[in-house]
Amino acid sequence: MEVGTTSHKRCSVVTVSGRVDSNTAPTFEETLKSVIEGGQRNVVLELDGVEFMSSAGLRAMVSSLKACKSGGGKLVVAAPSNRVAEVMQLAGLTSLFSVYDDVTAAVGSF
Amino acid sequence: MDIKRSLTVPGRFEYLATIADFIAVAGRDAGFDQDMIFHVQMAVDEACSNVIEHAYQGQDKGDITLSCHCDGKDWVIAIFDTGRPFDPASIPAPNLEPCLEDIKTGGLGLYFMHQLMDEVEFSFDEETGNKLRMVKRGV
Repeated sequence: MEVGTTSHKRCSVVTVSGRVDSNTAPTFEETLKSVIEGGQRNVVLELDGVEFMSSAGLRAMVSSLKACKSGGGKLVVAAPSNRVAEVMQLAGLTSLFSVYDDVTAAVGSF
Repeated sequence: MDIKRSLTVPGRFEYLATIADFIAVAGRDAGFDQDMIFHVQMAVDEACSNVIEHAYQGQDKGDITLSCHCDGKDWVIAIFDTGRPFDPASIPAPNLEPCLEDIKTGGLGLYFMHQLMDEVEFSFDEETGNKLRMVKRGV
């Protein structure tokens, strides 16, 4: 898994690629946590390059969504891969997250 | 094509990718489509993560053995570990409510296994340990 962060004026974009499973989910969650605790409560999670996401990754997404919301911000999803969209739907999480087709639209939502 | 394969790995999360590759190769050799392979990969990943977290209660406590039998139509996976007896009834179902404050994602792995596979059967033997048998039926 690779994860990187880009800061914008009104949000940060966290870009993830590869596998998000029980091995890599802690790093994924820590990255999100450091962005949120660093003061940026608005986060775009770009997931176009994620080829696999297990329940561990979904739990990290939900906890980060809660952290953003408690800080008065929002976490949105941009360009989820087909597999990510499938597991989000399977877990019943699609109604919890705002999902955008691309990063530009997601960043523009803030 | 009849495929029978097995794999034994240490109970460490870093081997989940190895397990996923094992499943992918077996599925491709058996002629299954990408969706079926992905569903089995997901279920097996969740099962093996549960073995490490719950049966072994941590990494490096034992091995995980997978056996895979594809007969060209159905795909049977068996996962063996020598950890604590696993009682699936002890895992609460996830509370997948649309309200963020009420959501509980514990038990999501077991839920995925049941959603993605056609049969999920847990058993325990004093000598050989836990066995999880899952079946994915082909179209």
